[in-house]
Amino acid sequence: MTIKTSIPESELLSAGHLACQGCGATLAMRYALKGLGKETVLVTPACCWTILAGPAPRLSVGVPLLHCPFATAAATASGLKAGLVAKGDEKTQVVVWAGDGGTFDIGLQALSGAADRNEDILYVCYDNEAYMNTGIQRSGGTPQKAWTMTTQGKGGSERPKKDLDSILEAHHIPYIATVTPGYPEDMVRKFKKARGIKGFRFIRVLSPCPPGWKHDSSDTVDLSKLAVQTGSFALYEIEDGAFRLSMKTPKRKAVGEYLKRQGRFRHLTEKDIVEMQEVVDAAWKRYESRS
Amino acid sequence: MPRLAFDPEKTAPILISGRSMAENKTGIWRSIRPQIDKEKCTHCMVCWKYCPEACVDIASGIPEINMGYCKGCAICADVCPADCVEMVEEVAR
Ligand code: SF4
Ligand code: SF4
Repeated sequence: MTIKTSIPESELLSAGHLACQGCGATLAMRYALKGLGKETVLVTPACCWTILAGPAPRLSVGVPLLHCPFATAAATASGLKAGLVAKGDEKTQVVVWAGDGGTFDIGLQALSGAADRNEDILYVCYDNEAYMNTGIQRSGGTPQKAWTMTTQGKGGSERPKKDLDSILEAHHIPYIATVTPGYPEDMVRKFKKARGIKGFRFIRVLSPCPPGWKHDSSDTVDLSKLAVQTGSFALYEIEDGAFRLSMKTPKRKAVGEYLKRQGRFRHLTEKDIVEMQEVVDAAWKRYESRS
Repeated sequence: MPRLAFDPEKTAPILISGRSMAENKTGIWRSIRPQIDKEKCTHCMVCWKYCPEACVDIASGIPEINMGYCKGCAICADVCPADCVEMVEEVAR
């Protein structure tokens, strides 16, 4: 029997990887590779995927993966790309696969440099909104008021989430997109598209993390969708400066529906939730005025 | 460890991964197991689409979960539109 699937059937993520049950970052890798295809090489700084890839010589993805130091992903990828071109290989897609710690914080300088040089690489940040691999410490990607191991007893993270997409946009790069694994077709489409664009491309993946967000492993896909349906996470593309929402969501669900399903927001009061709704509404005013 | 042909001597050897993590049978992590009601299943393959272990096999046209790898996350049970995946307690053998 032939079946029609909405995303490519061929698989470049192997079972047996070391992710926690229900990990959003493995779904993200699975869909990204479906969009990118086999002629790809991954560069991974310290992050959850350092572990999920498996101890060498074993590997859980069907493409080469180069581990690199925390701060250097974008620089390593730039060098790798230059090396491939020097050897006459213009085809292989060099992809950085980094967490939010290695992107928002520790790798930001190398990222900015590579974006500024408009290196011909794709930089992917799977954003699970804290240093999850080392035990849930706050990162620049952590949302305001979220509990982490380093923001306990303070009503959660005091600072708002860093607006990394705007930082990248200020580098005038050809392509920026946001995706989340609740919408695999959108993910595959954007990765395929990014592959076909020359220059520096950036994709941020909102990636639910059951132990870090304190939610049930079965809720990963639901939360990923709820993030979009409540407007907490907007799906968009910025192509050569032109902003376009991928999903309009005119009737957004209440932000509380997304927050209340996660233990990291358990301490929030009704007033906190009203405040967070206001932040989301303000963000959407900006999105809608741009598209 | 293999060296690339053009590697100068005295540089660190490059380790090329030649084996798959599929050697690692993660099914032993599971405490609950998904059971598909074959009668009710509509073969929509949504369970395959959202499995983080990529361990649902659809080659035969019906979803078959490889219990050697399934970690029992229950995402398939959550997303199945026909509501025909039930999570049952794994019993020690
Ligand atoms: S999601 Fe449910 S109905 Fe669809 S193929 Fe899987 S078990 Fe069958
Ligand atoms: S329980 Fe989780 S790992 Fe097992 S088949 Fe379902 S989705 Fe895949």
